[in-house]
Amino acid sequence: MASKPGYNVSLQRKMVTAILLVALAPLFLLCGVILHQFDHSFREKMNAHLGELIQKHCRDIDNFLNEQLNIIRYVAASYTFDQLRDEAFLQHQLYRLQQQFPGVFEDLGIVEENGFQLTYAGPLELLKADYSRSGWFQKAIANQTFISDVFLGLRGRPHFIVAVRQAHGNRHWILRATIDFRSFNTLVENLRVGKTGMVFIVNRENEFQTRPAKNTPLQHTLYTKLVSDQGDPGPGGGIIEEISDSTGKHIFAGATLKNGDWLLVFQQDNTDAYRDLYFSVKIAILILSLGCFGIVITALIISRRFVFRISEADHEVDLMNRQVIETGKLAVIGELSAGIAHEINNPVAIMMEKAGWMQDLLEDENPETMKNIEEFNLSLEEIKNQARRCKDITHKLLGFSRKTDSHPRPVHINTLIEDIIGLSSDHARHAGVIIHKNFSDNLPELNVTPSEMQQVFLNLINNAVDAMEKTGGRIDIATADRKDHVLVEISDSGPGIPQSNLGHIFEPFYTTKPAGKGTGLGLSICRTIITRLGGEIDVKSGTGQGTTFRIRLPVQGQGFPEAPIVK
Amino acid sequence: MATTRNVEKEHPPGLDPRWPYRAIRLLLVDDEAAFVDTLVNRLKKRKFKVSRAYSGEGGIRLLKKADYDVAVVDLKMSSLDGLATLKVFREMAPDLPVIIFTGHGSEKSAEESLAYGAFDYLLKPYEFDDLLSKIKSAYHTGKEY
Repeated sequence: MASKPGYNVSLQRKMVTAILLVALAPLFLLCGVILHQFDHSFREKMNAHLGELIQKHCRDIDNFLNEQLNIIRYVAASYTFDQLRDEAFLQHQLYRLQQQFPGVFEDLGIVEENGFQLTYAGPLELLKADYSRSGWFQKAIANQTFISDVFLGLRGRPHFIVAVRQAHGNRHWILRATIDFRSFNTLVENLRVGKTGMVFIVNRENEFQTRPAKNTPLQHTLYTKLVSDQGDPGPGGGIIEEISDSTGKHIFAGATLKNGDWLLVFQQDNTDAYRDLYFSVKIAILILSLGCFGIVITALIISRRFVFRISEADHEVDLMNRQVIETGKLAVIGELSAGIAHEINNPVAIMMEKAGWMQDLLEDENPETMKNIEEFNLSLEEIKNQARRCKDITHKLLGFSRKTDSHPRPVHINTLIEDIIGLSSDHARHAGVIIHKNFSDNLPELNVTPSEMQQVFLNLINNAVDAMEKTGGRIDIATADRKDHVLVEISDSGPGIPQSNLGHIFEPFYTTKPAGKGTGLGLSICRTIITRLGGEIDVKSGTGQGTTFRIRLPVQGQGFPEAPIVK
Repeated sequence: MATTRNVEKEHPPGLDPRWPYRAIRLLLVDDEAAFVDTLVNRLKKRKFKVSRAYSGEGGIRLLKKADYDVAVVDLKMSSLDGLATLKVFREMAPDLPVIIFTGHGSEKSAEESLAYGAFDYLLKPYEFDDLLSKIKSAYHTGKEY
């Protein structure tokens, strides 16, 4: 019956599991769904925004390029070959352009069909430079207009060329202008998003057309990766892709320009781009983990408390069962003793009658002739006295058994204690213990279960007698009317209870008696019985000072005031 | 004790003090023969006129044949018990006072017998003088002088 620790542990584990399952599963599910939805929509929005941004920027750059091309075209169309081949005139044109569009045009040049630069206006010494083998020249001479990729060229600095082909007679010539790389670069880099967002341009050969980003993964495959692999989305198309490398994840948005020759790339670190998203996720995870922590702690506390309560209740039930058994034992003893008493009563009655009859007969004898008649009479009287003693004992036993019923009823506490004293008197006499009564008359009747109260007093008196078994001593039992309750005091002159044990004596299974002698339940049962009646029991003792048990029993129909137990 | 004995000798409790030659007629019913016989001897010595029966049925048979002043019936008997016998006695002779003996300490059953019309009860073992005084008061009740 006693609750096992293993059982408690498994019970607690089950409770914790159940609570956690019920509480955490929906929480995680909800969090997961919401976070996923949020992530999805955030990315969608972000991508849409980036796409739009990059497209707009792409248009701006395209416009810039076209503008430069148109300017050169206009210059080429406005003047004749002869005018332009004049170096001073060309210088003047360059000067005008630089005035009009500061920081854009670096130099101007007229290149003949064979690739020789006929005239040059600019800061460098490039007259008569031979472009016949340059890639840009090949393409420029083949097309009406041409914008080159960025290259180092003869000057050894990054630049690109805008060229317009014109005809002079049956020969072609080219007006070319070098676009300042820095201004173009500034224009491209003008778009900054967040801390790490940057824009650059790569050509079909995956070469950077503007200043490269610092942490660009796939440096040499960007165009291939973003355009060639996925199919050209056209000048308006935004390509969004996440690529991760050793430096972390990056988000890329791309759009082609210059008829697909160039790819404008926007690159941003994932952590930067999705900063708000990651922040929300972090907050959510923080709240979630705090919540989990709280739930786990609560589950542990609640389950521990529950299990503690359950084991306490089990313990109480256990105690009650034992008490029922003890009370049952007493009832059996009561019944048994009633039977024995009854069986003894009849023979004792016969003994009484026989002795009486002999006394009757002795009366007829002549005292003169019957020498020992007086002795006979004395002996017969003694027989009758002893028979009366038997009768007293049997009547006490019967009285005791009569009161072993287990239902509360109004009882005179004095009578009840008298019965117990009667039962314990032999035990006490053998131990040399005198029981002294000091009963108050006119005590109100108490509504108690007689068998239980008998058990209480029997326990207390027997304990007292046991304590003084070797030394002998005195037990004082006093009752008093305290209006709202009846006070019963049982004091003995025994060795007393050491202070260290005093706190434990009402605990179940606590005993100082030798093994096999006491169950350790007596006082705990006493307290249970008295507490259930709404009463109180306390003890006052100390080594060498004797022991006093004080019991307060509420008078029927009256509430019992809360009173401090230990004085 | 000696004085009581002298009084008993001068005024035997078995005789009606008003009619000195008339003995009080007792009917004793108890299945404990050793007890009944001794009690009969003692009562006869005190001038009672005693009839005895060792069972309830025997008691009823005796009551059919003769009248009695007081009956003493043991509560616990093997065949017909005291209460049943008492009931029959009450029907046969409503005026007959019946004293109940009981070896059982239970006053509950003795009190039950009072409810059935017993005059009084005595718990065994009893004091002989108590028995005499109960018989005496039983004899005098219901008698109008």
